[in-house]
Amino acid sequence: MSSRRIFARPARFAAIAPYVWMVLFFLVPFGFVLKISLSQTAIAQPPYEPVFDLTAGWAALKVALSALSLDNFRLLASDDIYVFAYVRSLTVAVTATALLLLIGYPIAYGMARLPTRWQAVAMVLVIVPFWTSFLIRIYAWINILQHDGLLNQILLALHLVSQPVVWLSTDSAMYIGIVYSYLPFMILPLYATLAKMEPVLDEAASDLGAPPWQVFWLVTFPLSLPGVGAGVLLCFIPIVGEFVIPDLLAGSNSLMIGQTLWLEFFTNKDWPVASAAAIVLLAVLLVPLLLYERLQKRQLEQGR
Amino acid sequence: MRKSSRLSRFNIVSLTLGLAFLYLPILILVIYSFNASRLVTVWGGWSLRWYHEFFNDRAMIEAAWMSLEVAMSSATIATLLGTLAAVALSRGERFRGRTLFSGMLYAPLVMPEVITGLSLLLLFVALNAERGFWTVTIAHTTLTMCFVAVVVQSRLGSLDRSLEEAAMDLGCNPVRAFVAVTLPLIAPSIVAGWMLAFTLSLDDLVIASFTTGPGSATLPIRIYSEVRLGVKPEINAICTLVIGLIAMVIVIASLASKLSSEQGESAAPL
Repeated sequence: MSSRRIFARPARFAAIAPYVWMVLFFLVPFGFVLKISLSQTAIAQPPYEPVFDLTAGWAALKVALSALSLDNFRLLASDDIYVFAYVRSLTVAVTATALLLLIGYPIAYGMARLPTRWQAVAMVLVIVPFWTSFLIRIYAWINILQHDGLLNQILLALHLVSQPVVWLSTDSAMYIGIVYSYLPFMILPLYATLAKMEPVLDEAASDLGAPPWQVFWLVTFPLSLPGVGAGVLLCFIPIVGEFVIPDLLAGSNSLMIGQTLWLEFFTNKDWPVASAAAIVLLAVLLVPLLLYERLQKRQLEQGR
Repeated sequence: MRKSSRLSRFNIVSLTLGLAFLYLPILILVIYSFNASRLVTVWGGWSLRWYHEFFNDRAMIEAAWMSLEVAMSSATIATLLGTLAAVALSRGERFRGRTLFSGMLYAPLVMPEVITGLSLLLLFVALNAERGFWTVTIAHTTLTMCFVAVVVQSRLGSLDRSLEEAAMDLGCNPVRAFVAVTLPLIAPSIVAGWMLAFTLSLDDLVIASFTTGPGSATLPIRIYSEVRLGVKPEINAICTLVIGLIAMVIVIASLASKLSSEQGESAAPL
């Protein structure tokens, strides 16, 4: 025991460098986002004011603080584009996460029932696409989904359709892309909990006369809830802020908040409004994170 | 024997369909990169034409080098910092600001990249830093060190601590015990962490777009702007090269973890 404590001191020093780095390049930047979300748009470089000048001392700080305003946030609440963008992002994220759960669960379930030796192989097979470039995987789908792409060629050859179907620039294409990209994030946590589960429990339930669907619904599924929670969280939050997939695969008529933010920043060069939009997005995403943390705490208290 | 009998037909079908869904699009892309035809969808026989085109595309080659350099340097710094963070979290017990520290390390894992990118750009602008190689490297280090920390920490957590304690009982000071005993044991996960950081950096589009300056684009930024203009067969070739590079990285990483499992410890590739 005592040697552990001896070990703890130098280990604590190991925190210094990464700690300083994360404060400098993760925490402090959010201060800037907050600050700029409270400033006004200007036609200048950088395109906002008041510019915070630390070298000018306390007097300048007071001037800067007095110039801060909440106008950008008021704009967000009153502008339909933003309200729609938030609503659409959440709708897309909920729908896609539900699809992911529906598709990912049977796969994870199948993996967990493989003989142990094959489980490791299956896990590597699921992880490899996660290592393969995100952008490339979306691009692969553009190849398949375009007007004279493989999917339409197959559908035409099988006489399932008489004319090429428009896939690209539709919501279906976007959902295909999202499900494809995030599937490993859903499968892995599900698999982790399902693999740890005792097969005896299932067997006991069926010995007691439960039909397979009841075994699943009353025993397996409730026990896998921690994995469901982790998978849902891992997929839901990044999908809300997703930019690349909707931009390349969905139509341009309704934007998600990630795209709106990007446009505001790069095309309209309205940095204050983009910052305010980022802050609101962050606040929205904090809700599922905190909910998940409470869920985990409760599970720990129940002694698992 | 009993275990394999648990596998029902439903399990087999869902597994097969799932893996086909994951791999077919990539496979199709690789095959079409060897297509001689200019039309992406018409098969015109095997050819290396688009690879040739890529190696003559100056802008693409420059972007590829920039990406490789950023990925190498950010992965190296991230592995250093991430390993230190993992050691502090799993061996440091309690220290001031530990909750904030672990919170900061986990947040970037789920944070939408648009927000991370935006906030870093605002910092760099406020600092009047010239944007380019170093700002992208710093941004990628910040993101990927969190992944390294998670990978290394999970390995440290499963390690038998009595080994370190035995070394100290035999007269090692804590630092020496760590270097002589712990470090070799967690080396495979450090390698895996570096690989993960490397591929994440190579892959990143959003954060790089925010933090790079005019005239210094990474490969994903170039690919993205080409793809937005329409599908070009050359892109298939570039993507296949990237997939090949990453496949190589995965093989090395799995060899490293195999090495560790031969030492009697099981190591997950992630």
